[in-house]
Parts: sequence; structure tokens; C-alpha cells
Amino acid sequence: MLTAPVVLLVDNPPLYAHGVGLAVVLIDLVRVLVGLVALLGAVVMMIWFERKVISDMQNRIGPNRAGPFGLLQTLADGTKLLFKEDLLPGQADRTVFRLAPFLSLMPAFLIFTVVPIGGVVTIAHHVVDLQVADPPIGILLVLALGSVAVYGTMLAGWSSGSKYPLLGSVRASAQMISYEAVLGITVVTVVLEAHGLTTRQIVASQAAHFWDWNALRLGVVPFVLFFIASTAELNRPPFDLAEGESELGGGFHTEYSSFRFATFFMAEFMNTITMSAIVVTLFFGGPDGPGFHVVRWLWPILWFLGKTLVFLYVQVWIRAALPRLRYDQLMDLGWKVMIPLSLAWLLVVAGVHQSTTWGLGVLGGCVVAGGLLFQSVRVARRRREGLASGGSSFEPVPAAPGLRAAATPGKVED
Amino acid sequence: MPTLLAAATLPDAITFAVAAVICVAGALGVVLMRNPVHAALNLVMTLFGIAVLFVEEDAQFLAAVQVIVYTGAIVVLFLFVIMLLGVDRQEQVFADGFVAQRLVPLLLGALVLVEVLLLAHQHWVTGAAKVSGAARGTRTNVVALGRSLFTTYLLPFEVTSALLVVAVIGAVVLARRPHRVPEPGELPDGAVRAAPPAEPPVPSVGGGEGAADGADDETKVVSR
Repeated sequence: MLTAPVVLLVDNPPLYAHGVGLAVVLIDLVRVLVGLVALLGAVVMMIWFERKVISDMQNRIGPNRAGPFGLLQTLADGTKLLFKEDLLPGQADRTVFRLAPFLSLMPAFLIFTVVPIGGVVTIAHHVVDLQVADPPIGILLVLALGSVAVYGTMLAGWSSGSKYPLLGSVRASAQMISYEAVLGITVVTVVLEAHGLTTRQIVASQAAHFWDWNALRLGVVPFVLFFIASTAELNRPPFDLAEGESELGGGFHTEYSSFRFATFFMAEFMNTITMSAIVVTLFFGGPDGPGFHVVRWLWPILWFLGKTLVFLYVQVWIRAALPRLRYDQLMDLGWKVMIPLSLAWLLVVAGVHQSTTWGLGVLGGCVVAGGLLFQSVRVARRRREGLASGGSSFEPVPAAPGLRAAATPGKVED
Repeated sequence: MPTLLAAATLPDAITFAVAAVICVAGALGVVLMRNPVHAALNLVMTLFGIAVLFVEEDAQFLAAVQVIVYTGAIVVLFLFVIMLLGVDRQEQVFADGFVAQRLVPLLLGALVLVEVLLLAHQHWVTGAAKVSGAARGTRTNVVALGRSLFTTYLLPFEVTSALLVVAVIGAVVLARRPHRVPEPGELPDGAVRAAPPAEPPVPSVGGGEGAADGADDETKVVSR
């Protein structure tokens, strides 16, 4: 299945192959700076894009005053935020309150460093891959930094010293930890196919044809699961329970204002961009696509930007279309549907790797196991519902020790 | 990049020094901070310092796993419990307890320090005495690690995973509380009041049932 493309960049980044001189340091510096500036610029554009697209979907015009097509609206809003008063709640834990926004922002920056945004170019006899860094652990770094991002949300809510932010952050951390499992398992299926952890290698393994893209090659399931889980990980609608306005005020950042609030806002959009880029890298071949002989280095970058833009559009679309989930629905979806499904699909992919017979056998086993799981969930729900509706009518005394409800307190039942 | 590190010992030493300072400062913070959340954050700092040291020793996989498992899961769970139980006030460390409780850790700590000093006195500071250096061979560290885990050490690996599953099931069984009667609104008032209002909240992040538990615990946090 693997078409064994040119995997020349497996272990050592080619830039460091001939020692580290001044030129290499300069190239690295430029890469870092370009990555930083591009991401910041992309955030500004993304906020405008989201507002424009959403207003189009809601049949209104959206920002159209500042600059052509309202392009400068984000800058205007940012300036306004900067000049607002920076409030610090009296009950707040000062150090952590100040730390939390940066804990949100930094992972968003750092995850982007491993995304390959173009092909390999030669600058002054140095072979440079167009990504800020290509560490051997590649995609694991994404997962690690994603798990660090939990801290920003969590500590923001806790350190505010008020109720609703705390609720928002408790929700958020539970949600992010749950969906991280799905992210991890689906990434394993990709790694299984790519035979390596570096993003460059994952991209190279999908390079031959578009039907070698992991989204198609692995069956569509891992891609769909990863996309849903990444939306949940981003706390974007329909999974934005961390900031559910109708229930929690503003959620974990209720008490934040001015620049610190802007930081959270920026981190959210930056994460959206980064996650779309990661989806493109993992499942859609990254910067891979047909090019022309004119400016050869440009085409991969354009392909990457185009694919990422598609996913950014889909994110906005989802936000416009879907209502927010209820908390128990969110957790049910995560733990009873997505984790078992991703695990089963991982086993099937591994079986198919072994041989077709193994694959079919594993598939059968997974179907049987899935049926059992579904049945057990249904039995538990029926028992719970039976107790909830019928229990009190003929058993008015609560002291019956034999009366057994499910472990759920029956508070947030459907 | 081992070649890079071998060629340049100065960056090596600087990285080590910075990471070591981070580790030690974090460890001191864990012990000395009065606020449990601050202590947990200092623990995160130490774990990150150790991850940097792992990277410096070319054990990149270990570094990633360190961050994912310890900072991403375990300390988050610590914080979760701290938040839910509301122990986010300053603790009176020396308010009660025995003298021995203070002396024994001091003694043990001193012993460990002496041991480390004795063991390390030949190879000081720099990476000369690697214990966890890169796996030798042409393959990358990650590939070599994966191979040895799934071939030579397959049995211990599987046994460990079985142990973890057993532990999880045991925790679930232990944490199940005595079942209450559903729909407390339909019961007589006295019965509701008689029902114990505050069981210790079970901080659980996992499972559909655990999710509902979490939602219930949140309401308790509010009413506190």
C-alpha cells in the first residue's frame, strides 16, 4: 500500500547535515520569524474571514467600514481592546491569572512549528524544508502541546476566583482530556500508515496520488473522528461548552478584559488555524499537489494554503449551522461513540496491514464487540429510565435498599 | 542531533544548566508553596525541565511521553481534584502532626542527596555519564524503542497494560457510591433532607456516567 516515495528527510533535518554555521542559524531565524508573522497575519485574516462568512450565511453584510471590505476591522477591534482597562478581580489569584492567557497562546504558536507549509527548497546551497522545525517526534509534539493547552483554559477559570469561570474551566478540562484520547488514537492509524512520526514523513507517505491521502486510504472514519475531536479540542461550536454564553456568562474568560482577553481570543483563532493545518497534514497530503514548472517552490505552498482554507471554511460553516451540545451529550459522544469507534478502526487498520484475512477477522470481532457495547448501553439506559419513571409511583419510601438506580444521579438525564 | 551536540559542548552545557535550574526551582516550589494549585504548577515546571533534559539526552520519545502523560493527564487530574474539592486555600503545614513526620522526610532527603552526590561525583554536570543515551544503531530513537518494546519486552509491556486496566476497573468499582433513589423531587421533603446531601464528590473525567457525576459536582462547587 505504501508507495515508498522519496523519504530522504527521515531522521536528520537536511539543513543541519553539514554542521551549523552562520548561514544555517540565519536561515533558522528567518524560518521562525516567517512562521510567527505568517501565523499572526493569518489570525487577523481568519477573524475577518469568520465574521464575513458567518454574516453571509446569516444574510447580513458583516464588517464593511474599516478598510476595503472591512479588512481592517480586526485591527480596529484589537486597538480598542488594547486601550481598555485591564481589570484584575479582587478574588483572583494574581500570578496564575496573569499566567493563564500565555499558557493558552504558546501551545498554539508552537504546534504550528511542525506543520510543513511547503516543499523542500535550496537556499544558497542549503537544503531547507519549509517548516519551522521537524523534530523526530513530530506529531507527538502536537499531542503534547495540545495537552498543555488545557492548562490555559483550566487555570484561567480557576484563578478568576468566581463561579462561572470555574464551571467553564472544569467543563473544558474534562472535555479536552476526553477528546485528546480520540485524537491520539486516530493519529496512531495515520502513523501506522506513514511508518514514521515526523510530519515530513507523514506528508511524504501520501505524496503519490490523491487517493493515497490518508483521508481516503484509511477509510474516511479516522479523518471524520479526528476532525470532530479537533473541533472539540478547540472548544469551538458545537462543542464550546467551556464558554457557553447562555449558561456561564462568558465561560472561563468572563473575568478577563483588555489585552489578556485579546490573548485568549487570539489563541482560539490561532488554534483553529493550526488544527486545520494539522488535519491537512495528516489526512490530505499537506502541501502535496500537482505543480508546474514555472515557480516550482510556490505551488506546494499554494496547495497547502488552499486546503487549509477549505477546512477553515468548514469550521465556520459548522459554527453557523449547528447548535451547542448539552454536556452529557458531549461526554456520551466522546466516550461511548468516538473512543470505541476510533479504537476499533485502529485495530482494523492494523489487521489489514497484516493481511486481508486478519483485517476481515478483526472487522468481524469489532462489529461483535460494538454490538455488545451498544446493547449494554441500551440496557443500562432502559433500566435507568424504568426506575426513574416507574420507581417512585409504587415505591414512595426511599429507604428501599434493594432499589438500585444507575450510578448517574439522575440530574442531567435525557 | 547527536553530531551537533558532540560538536558543540557549550550549548549542551547551557541547555543542561537551564533545564537543571528549572527542575530544581520547580521542585523547591512544590515543597515550599502554600497554595496547592501553585505547587501543582511548579510540578509542571519540573516535569518540563526533565522533558528538556530527555531531549538533550536524545530520548525524544520519552520527552514527548513525559509531557503528554505527566503534564497532560496526571497533573491536570491533580488540578481537577483540587478545584472540585475546593482545597484551594493555604494549607497549615505546621499546624499539627508529629515531630517525626517532619524529621523523617528531612532524614530521607538528606540520604538521597548524599547518595546522588556519591554516585555523581565522578561525572559532574555535563552529559559525559549518559544513562539514557540514544539507542545505538542506524534507526532513530523512536523506531528502536518501538522495536524493543514490541519484541524483546513485549510480555512486560502487555502485563503492565493489563495491570493498568485492572487498576482502572478497581477504581471504578471502589468509586461507585451507594445508589440513591432517582427523582428526589418526587419524594417527601423529610426524605430528601434525610438523604445525605454531600457525599465526597468523585472527581471523574471519564465515562458517560462520570460526566454526569462531574456535572453534579459542579453544582456543589457553586453552592459552596
